[in-house]
Amino acid sequence: MANQIYSTVPRSSWNKRVNPDLDIERKNKSFNVERLTNILDGGAEFTQKRRQVGTYLQGLETTATYDASTQEFVLNTPTLSATKWWPGDLGRTATHALILANLYSSGRCHGMHGFILPIRSLQDHSPLPGITVGDIGPKMNFEQTDNGFLQLDHIRIPRENMLNRFSQVLPDGTYVKQGTPQSNYLTMIVLRVQLLASEFIPALVKACIIATRYSVVRHQSKIKPSEPEAKILDYQTQQQKLFPQLATAYAFHFIDEIVIEFFKKSYQEIINGNITNLPELHALSAGMKAMMSDHCILGAELCRRACGGHGYSLLSGLPSLVTKVTASCTYEGENTVLYLQTARFLLKNFLQVQSSQSTPTLPQSIQYLASAGSGRCPAQRTSDFLSPQLYTEAFAHVAARLIRNSAQKLHNLTSSGIDQYVAWNQTAILHLQAAKAHCYHFTVKTFVESLKKLEKEPEIYQVIKRLCDLYALHGLLSNLGDFLYDGYMSRAQVELATEAYFSLLSLIRKDAILLTDAFDFSDESLNSALGCYDGNVYERLFEWAQLSPTNTEGNPAYEKYLRPFLKNNRSKL
Amino acid sequence: MNPDLRRERDAASFDAEKLTHILDGGPERTRRRREIENLILNDPDFKHEDLNFLTRSQRYEIAVRKSATMVKKLRDFGIADPEEIMWFKRLHMIHFVEPVGLNYSMFIPTLLNQGTTAQQQKWLPPSKGLEIIGTYAQTEMGHGTHLRGLETTATYDPKTQEFILNSPTVTSIKWWPGGLGKTSNHAIVLAQLYTKGECYGLHAFIVPIREIGTHKPLPGIIVGDIGPKFGYDEMDNGYLKMDNYRIPRENMLMKYAQVKPDGTYVKPLNNKLTYGTMVFVRSFLVGEAARSLSKACTIAIRYSLVRHQSEIQPGDPEPQILDFQTQQFKLFPLLATAFAFQFVGAYMKETYHRINVDISQGDLSELPELHALTAGLKAFTSWTANSGIEACRMACGGHGYSHCSGLPNIYVTFTPTCTFEGENTVMMLQTARFLIKSYDQVHSGKLVGGMVSYLNDLSSQRIQPQQVAAWPAMVDINSPDSLTEAYKCRAARLVEAAARNLQAELKHRKSKEIAWNLTSVDLVRASEAHCHYVVVKIFSGNLSKIDDKPIQTVLKNLCLLYALYGISQNSGDFLQGGILTESQLTQVNQRMKELLTIIRPNAAALVDAFDFQDVSLGSVLGRYDGNIYENMFEWAKKSPLNKTQVHESYYKHLKPLQSKL
Repeated sequence: MANQIYSTVPRSSWNKRVNPDLDIERKNKSFNVERLTNILDGGAEFTQKRRQVGTYLQGLETTATYDASTQEFVLNTPTLSATKWWPGDLGRTATHALILANLYSSGRCHGMHGFILPIRSLQDHSPLPGITVGDIGPKMNFEQTDNGFLQLDHIRIPRENMLNRFSQVLPDGTYVKQGTPQSNYLTMIVLRVQLLASEFIPALVKACIIATRYSVVRHQSKIKPSEPEAKILDYQTQQQKLFPQLATAYAFHFIDEIVIEFFKKSYQEIINGNITNLPELHALSAGMKAMMSDHCILGAELCRRACGGHGYSLLSGLPSLVTKVTASCTYEGENTVLYLQTARFLLKNFLQVQSSQSTPTLPQSIQYLASAGSGRCPAQRTSDFLSPQLYTEAFAHVAARLIRNSAQKLHNLTSSGIDQYVAWNQTAILHLQAAKAHCYHFTVKTFVESLKKLEKEPEIYQVIKRLCDLYALHGLLSNLGDFLYDGYMSRAQVELATEAYFSLLSLIRKDAILLTDAFDFSDESLNSALGCYDGNVYERLFEWAQLSPTNTEGNPAYEKYLRPFLKNNRSKL
Repeated sequence: MNPDLRRERDAASFDAEKLTHILDGGPERTRRRREIENLILNDPDFKHEDLNFLTRSQRYEIAVRKSATMVKKLRDFGIADPEEIMWFKRLHMIHFVEPVGLNYSMFIPTLLNQGTTAQQQKWLPPSKGLEIIGTYAQTEMGHGTHLRGLETTATYDPKTQEFILNSPTVTSIKWWPGGLGKTSNHAIVLAQLYTKGECYGLHAFIVPIREIGTHKPLPGIIVGDIGPKFGYDEMDNGYLKMDNYRIPRENMLMKYAQVKPDGTYVKPLNNKLTYGTMVFVRSFLVGEAARSLSKACTIAIRYSLVRHQSEIQPGDPEPQILDFQTQQFKLFPLLATAFAFQFVGAYMKETYHRINVDISQGDLSELPELHALTAGLKAFTSWTANSGIEACRMACGGHGYSHCSGLPNIYVTFTPTCTFEGENTVMMLQTARFLIKSYDQVHSGKLVGGMVSYLNDLSSQRIQPQQVAAWPAMVDINSPDSLTEAYKCRAARLVEAAARNLQAELKHRKSKEIAWNLTSVDLVRASEAHCHYVVVKIFSGNLSKIDDKPIQTVLKNLCLLYALYGISQNSGDFLQGGILTESQLTQVNQRMKELLTIIRPNAAALVDAFDFQDVSLGSVLGRYDGNIYENMFEWAKKSPLNKTQVHESYYKHLKPLQSKL
């Protein structure tokens, strides 16, 4: 029942009408929404292709069934929703793909495994038979990462194409586990990275779309007594709930692209035997998995609660989004454990910085450890807090300080004779904080880098920059103590940052609907009475409620209990 | 019993039973509560299947059956005291969700508050005897917290002396009332009253909705269930659409306002009693926040004592996960919060009863502050409990996600508290209105009393920027009283900041309302800080009332942890306000970690003291005996998917797929 897909097609009574409250939000565009959609998709042709297939379908339903008679695996995407939505070069360049699929052999399912699958002819680059793959058109002139999709119709691959570092299917179909814990790393990393785009980010994006659209259709109370009831999105408190989530959704979308890029580069190197990047890749994938799942869980639930009573109805689509994404805090590594893994990586590199005479070559994501010093935040006026360089440095400063501090405390304990494992446990909260600060810094820095690529499109650059600023300032103000602690920021600067933050809320308000439209999620994929594109919220709620089995299948409880009970009570008179 | 749990209980430094007495309000009340709970536990009529394995219709059916048996049982057991009925219902209904519940909680009280003597004589006996079942239909699809926006109309027709009820738009359809969907046959409907061409605002009407005997909707009434929800599966929240539906003039509740037979409207004299009901319900919800969070803590802490994982030192046996500092840091601040809210809940109940006596004697002087305080505390405690329950669930790892943990149910049942009886943000802004009013009052030279009296200090300029430096020396992080002072400073500072920002906006723009909206995030923060201060104050104030030394010690540690944790989570406010220095903050963090270690040996006994029956926890992970793994396995076997060895979907879908190969 929870996952029932309702018909989102409007009925005759209201079919041609877009809710005027929503309609007006789409007038006076300050940027080209379609262009932003294209940027999010990685290019116009991928927008087009995606629309033909559907939106952000997940890939966990793909099956790989072992056929012992030919010693092959048969890969299949049995349903439309099993179509691989593969972030990366699949759309046009890749000849092989690493596919995660549920392995079946000897009649049993053994869970997710990796398979190497040739998808295109090495001669003419055309898709191999049985493979439907995203666009390979001749106009390969985009610099951004693109997205592709992949459908498999009973594709056969040799038994050897299963990644068997840690488990294996013998020729007769027997399933054998093997390998060392380290060899699990790579597969775990693959899974974590894939989860970001397939599970976490879409949940937050969908929740934002639903809550934001509902918030311009819903009216409540009056801001001024003389005026009609206001759209709830016009309340500052509602903006304060939703816009940081929207900014986070955009942040994560762009950050994911960069993570994927780094992942692919490193993956190729690792396959070729160069494992220099493995520790950083591992730490980054652990930290990003933990952070993105934490924030997407919180954000989706926040969006649900921002929809008041109707957010509690399954018809809003929000409870199902929340309950699905919330499982992510534990699978593929419990988040606290993952943060602590990132912390170990940070600590190790910090000690290296400390002990080496010359500046060591640090992995890219932690180069700030060498440069972040004891300076002060230079901001003098409100607008200074809209400088990406300024706030990126602030986050670097805090992260570096917290890492230094956790290392120091650990060192104090161990040098007082406490066993290093016990000492680690006694300082675990500090390591956790350090890792979180590091991840936050990474996301701010990365969002800023993505932003730079948009400079050639000033209108879009402007709206995305506001989101980037909001993302950073929201993080800063939510963790204010960390920035004030050592006097890096002054109390007067906090006032300036707060002012900058509030000014962003009202600027983003104007573009809010267009920014959610740009994600281009179909009504079917939102499956929400509150979040449909046409904004006919109440009509849908009423119609969908009437379809509930409780309304269509009579009332046995009345016949069984209420009727005799009421009758009995009356007859006592 | 699980040996880990036994060992933990033996090692406690205090007597959990005595703490239970304190929480219940005395040993006699503990005894009576358990007596009533045992009536239910030992009665075969109350046995039923685990709700987790049932469909929504089945769960609704069980709830209806229970409502029916409960009326009889309460009579049999001679339970009539409202609090005792509450104890009974809590265990009996498990999620405390009852389709017939609104008949008692809303229909009857509204009749009592707003019905004339004649109306009460007519309607009270049948509703009390459940010959009819009533509900209360206020919210509409497009309108909730802002009541004046409701669109349902009741137009008086003097020719027939009837009201004509209409739902003129799709947004005006009544939406959400509990028990409306399938159970009730009457509803008190709130509608805009029109007579002689004038609108007189919202009034309440008794509306028959289903035919007695057949239970079919009456002509002109469209009624049904609003469909699946996050939780509240047992409840038939409903919709109601009325199309020129006529009811007699006498069905308008006329204790205050009246419509004469000729259609003349008579204005109400004075109606402040509805205020009282709101205050009562909200203060009750503060207690519910405490209970729900206490349940979640009980489950997560017991599980963390039974669950072993990883190694702290290589070669050692796997430790209980509660020995990891990160796990203690997740759970103990929440445990401290649960105790804080228990005391706040008791305080609210007490205050309500005290003030209620004043009100009945015509003294309304304390009502505005109580109204402001309950609104804010309802929001503050429900927001905190809401995220706390979810944090407990996540602290149980993968198993927390299973319904066998009971945690998902506690969460989905509790979370609507953030919305109903006043949406939390709106509640916080009501509190803010009172704070700003008090602040302005102080500025105009009048002193204020009660919980906001700290604002008096602002006016006498005692908190001056240059004097702020004097504050830190006064904060002793080991003294609950001193920490209460620190929270008081933070509240004063944030109220003042919000008030100043409001002033600044007023200078820039003309309208008061727009200025209010542009300051509302600050105002909510000020209210939160005020409520946080009140909670710390009540918690620390209760410590001195406890005679038992070992219990006082353990509660003091929890109180300190609660206060210090709040400081560390809001350190920006304390630094920004100059209330604490950097080095004090370092001490706060250090002391907090020490407290985690100090509280650790008493964790099991502390949650035992909440004294929840296993049935009311509804959790395999939180069982008193700690035998979780064997019971998880038994629990899973009950799943309907396990009724057959091979599920039908295998034959339908998987087998054909494989045979194609």
